[in-house]
Amino acid sequence: MIPAGFEYHRPGDIASAIGILEEHGDEARVIAGGHSLIPMMKLRMAEMGHLVDLQAIEELKGIEVGSDTVTLGAMVTQHELITHDGLAAAIPLIREAALQIADPQVRYVGTVGGNVANGDPGNDMPGLMQCLNATFDLSGPDGNRSVAAREFYEAAYFTAREDEEILTRISIPVPGAGVGQAYEKQKRKIGDYATAAAAVMVGNGTASVAMTNLADTPVWSESASAALADGDVNGCVAAMLDAIEPVADNRGPVEFKKHVAGVMLRRAIDRAQNRAG
Amino acid sequence: MSKMHVKLTVNGKEVEGLAEPRTLLIHFLREDLKITGPHIGCETSHCGACTVDIDGKSVKSCTTFVAQVNGADITTVEGLTNDDGSLGVLQEMFREHHGLQCGFCTPGMITRAHRLLQENPNPTEEEIRFGMAGNLCRCTGYQNIVKAISASADMLNAQKEAAE
Repeated sequence: MIPAGFEYHRPGDIASAIGILEEHGDEARVIAGGHSLIPMMKLRMAEMGHLVDLQAIEELKGIEVGSDTVTLGAMVTQHELITHDGLAAAIPLIREAALQIADPQVRYVGTVGGNVANGDPGNDMPGLMQCLNATFDLSGPDGNRSVAAREFYEAAYFTAREDEEILTRISIPVPGAGVGQAYEKQKRKIGDYATAAAAVMVGNGTASVAMTNLADTPVWSESASAALADGDVNGCVAAMLDAIEPVADNRGPVEFKKHVAGVMLRRAIDRAQNRAG
Repeated sequence: MSKMHVKLTVNGKEVEGLAEPRTLLIHFLREDLKITGPHIGCETSHCGACTVDIDGKSVKSCTTFVAQVNGADITTVEGLTNDDGSLGVLQEMFREHHGLQCGFCTPGMITRAHRLLQENPNPTEEEIRFGMAGNLCRCTGYQNIVKAISASADMLNAQKEAAE
């Protein structure tokens, strides 16, 4: 499995990377950890003349934990998310979810930016970021802009990011003390994408609920979140099951996926409620 | 496509070569450098037979372009022997505890276990199984693989204590 040839670039800053994307247009793509892109390149389902490796760009690295906001550089790896104690103290949901992604080798190189920007409905971080009400910072030829995670996903592999833009940072509001969080994921085997996964925050009269791999985008439901904020678990689950649109595939038929979605959501709610202050 | 100049440190030795950027690290190691410890198993980043250690991380070399690791410090199973060429602790414990049947997954298992024990010198059985989740054994010889890693941890800790 040999990918098609390409020219390799390793720019040292965001401006240079955007310059390369501008110069080559459709022919260029960025690569972060590469564990979604390289398999597609090996299958020749992705081909590009220019590969722009983001690994040398310091501006894309680092985890900053503030009192109100956590920011994650796009090139922060899943492994770094897991091993950062300050992050685990501020938003334990992130470590809990990252530990359920892929396997150790993939987590050493897989990045949070790649996970959210790729637009793969199977990825865990998009639903998680919608639950946390994160904001994605994008840089492009026309400058910088921010897009809410809840507005970012349009369809499978289609997002609000333009081809010549790079997702640079993720900002996440730190949930208040007393907010319980949980991520629950059903998969066929370790390392697999979710059959269904649920991210839940609840406490202090607020709630937020999102699910993964049950539609062609992550699903955050305002009505499900509102029901849970009112303490109505059955109403929350009913609203979410109404919002998802699973399709039959090798992870099971629609009825099974809806069943698993309900089970995952109830388990996540239960654990999040137990953790709420 | 023009070839690029590649410079790596592999098992403590500096090596250089020319490679197309699209060359996968596993192919560069095996075909150009003739380092055939890392194996090509599934080629789809599932099985872990191609695992090597890159700058202190366990990485699947079938899903890594050599261009991405230009300048990196790489260790393969060949680099885990003792200085005199005898089997290293993990290698010896895999032999003693029969942690291999056909042996195909073994280089990846040992290289991954090496990093796991660097990060967690006293893993529980559950931590070993979770930490080895990126490596598949088609002979399903997991029981003895876990025993071999656990025994390696004990021996490495005993050696460390004796040295102190």
